[in-house]
Amino acid sequence: MTHSTVSLNQLTAWLSSFEALVTEHRAYLTELDSAIGDADHGANMARGMTAVMEKIGAGTAAVAVDELFKKVGMTLVTSVGGASGPLYGTFFLRFGMTAGAQASLDGPALGTALRAGLEGVVARGKAEIGDKTMFDAMSPAVDAFDSAISSGSDIAAATAVAFAAAQAGRDATEPLVARKGRSSYLGERSSGHLDPGATSSAFLFEALASAITAG
Amino acid sequence: MKKLINDPSSVLAESLRGVEAAHSELKVDHTNRIIYRSTPAKKGKVALISGGGSGHEPLHGGFVGFGMLDAACAGEVFTSPTPDQMQEATKAVDAGAGVLHIVKNYTGDVMNFEMAAELAAADAGVRVETIVTNDDVAVEDSSFTAGRRGVGVTVLLEKIVGAAAEAGADLDAVVALANKVNDGGRSMGMALTSCTVPAAGKPTFEIGEDEMEIGVGIHGEPGRHRVPLASASEIARQLVEPILADLDFTSGETIVMLNGLGGTPLIELYIMYGEVKALLDSAGVKVARNLVGNYITALDMAGCTVTLMKADAELLGHWDAPVNTAGLRWGV
Repeated sequence: MTHSTVSLNQLTAWLSSFEALVTEHRAYLTELDSAIGDADHGANMARGMTAVMEKIGAGTAAVAVDELFKKVGMTLVTSVGGASGPLYGTFFLRFGMTAGAQASLDGPALGTALRAGLEGVVARGKAEIGDKTMFDAMSPAVDAFDSAISSGSDIAAATAVAFAAAQAGRDATEPLVARKGRSSYLGERSSGHLDPGATSSAFLFEALASAITAG
Repeated sequence: MKKLINDPSSVLAESLRGVEAAHSELKVDHTNRIIYRSTPAKKGKVALISGGGSGHEPLHGGFVGFGMLDAACAGEVFTSPTPDQMQEATKAVDAGAGVLHIVKNYTGDVMNFEMAAELAAADAGVRVETIVTNDDVAVEDSSFTAGRRGVGVTVLLEKIVGAAAEAGADLDAVVALANKVNDGGRSMGMALTSCTVPAAGKPTFEIGEDEMEIGVGIHGEPGRHRVPLASASEIARQLVEPILADLDFTSGETIVMLNGLGGTPLIELYIMYGEVKALLDSAGVKVARNLVGNYITALDMAGCTVTLMKADAELLGHWDAPVNTAGLRWGV
C-alpha cells in the first residue's frame, strides 16, 4: 500500500511504537550505557515515553501535528532529565513547530520536520558526525529519507531506507572513540561499544517505518 | 542486589520523605523534588541553587541551609533534574538579588540548566547566572570532548560562595568568587568497586579483586585506566601527582578534601588523608584546611577522590564562616 501523506493517527502510532521498542529493549539500552555511560539510558527512555503516551492519551486528542508534538517534547523535557530528555524533547518540539498546525504531512513536509528535529538536536548537543552520539544514527536517517523522497519514493519506502540508514549509523558507532557526552570521559576505552543514544535513535526510525507500513 | 529499599522505582521519592522527617530545618517540595530551607534567607540575599542526579548524598540537598544553598533540585539517580524543576526553584528562592545556578559539568546537567535559564528568561524579573564546575583532572580537556567533569570542588564552592552570599555579596561578586574557586580547584578520583544503580539492579561494571579504576567520576562509570590494585600510599601518589602536574599549588595556601565515594569506611579515608598530606608536605603544598569524609558520593562505590583548592585570606574567611546544613556544620 502506498501513502502520499502521513496522518495524525500514524504519527501517534510512531510514538506508541517507539514507546514499545524502548520499553522492550530497556535492559539492553541500560546495558549499553553501563559499558560506556552511567547505566540509565533504558530506564530514562522507557520512563519518558511511558509519560508521553499517558499524556497524549489523557484529555482530548490533538487535532494538529504541532499540538501533538509540543506535548510530546515538553513531556520528555520535564520527565526524563539527563541528556536524553533535552535532546529527544528538543527533537520533537522542533519537529512539531516546523510541521505546523496540519492534520497530515506529505513526504517533503515530513522530511522538513525531521530535518528541523535533527537540527534542534545539533543546536542543543553540538555533536558532529563521528562523535559517537545519537546524531550518528539520526543524521544519515534524515539524509536517506530526504533523498528517497526527492527521487520519487513513497513515504513508506522512504521511512524504510531511513531506518536502514539509522541502523548502519548506529553500527558504525561501535569502533568510535566518544567525543561528546559522558562516554567521552572514557577516552579510548569508549571504543568497541555501540552508542546507547544512537541505538535508541535507530529505534525511533524503526518505529516510524513500522507505524507507516502498518497504517 | 542487596539494598535498604522498598522498591527500586521509588528510591528518590522515599529518600526525600526521609530527609524531610530527619531535618526540620529543611522543607521538601515532593512534587517538584526540590529541597528548600524551612526558613527562607533574608530579602536581598543572592540565592544559590544547585542540583543534579541523586546518589551523591550529602550533595546537594545536604548542603541546603544557612551559609550554603537556598535550594537543591534532585534528579533521578545519576540523572540530572529537569528544567521545570530548576525554573520552579529559581522563582521560589529569588529574594530580589538574583540567583546563581551551580552546575557540575555533565552534558545532561548543563543542557537542563541551560533550558531552565531559557524558560526563566521568559519570566521577567529574576536574574540568573551560572557557574559550571569542571575540576576533574582525569578528563583531558579539549574542544573535542565534553570537557572536564565537575566533582569535588563543587562542595568547596557551595560552602565558600554560600558564605559570601550570606555576608551580602551581590550577584556579580558571587559569580566572580565562584569562578575563582573553580579555577583554583582540581580533583582526581579512584574506585575499588563499581556501584549498583537501584533501577539497574547490578553493578555498573565488573572489576577483579586485584584491580582498581583510576580517574573515575561520581557516577559509577569506569575511569580512564584499569590498573593493578596498590597500597594506600601508592594510590595516594597516583591521585596527587596528576593534580600537581596540572596546577601549581606551591604558592599560597590550599584547602584539601579527601572524599569517600560512599562504600569506603572512614578508617581507610583517614589512612588516605595521611598519605595525601605527607605527599603534599613534601611537594611544598601548604594545607590550611581540610575535610575528610563522604561529601560527594557515587552510591555504594568504594574508593575516594582528592580535591585541592587554592585558598587566599578571602576564601579562608568564607570557609571559616558559620555554616548550618545537614552535611556541613560549624561555627553555629
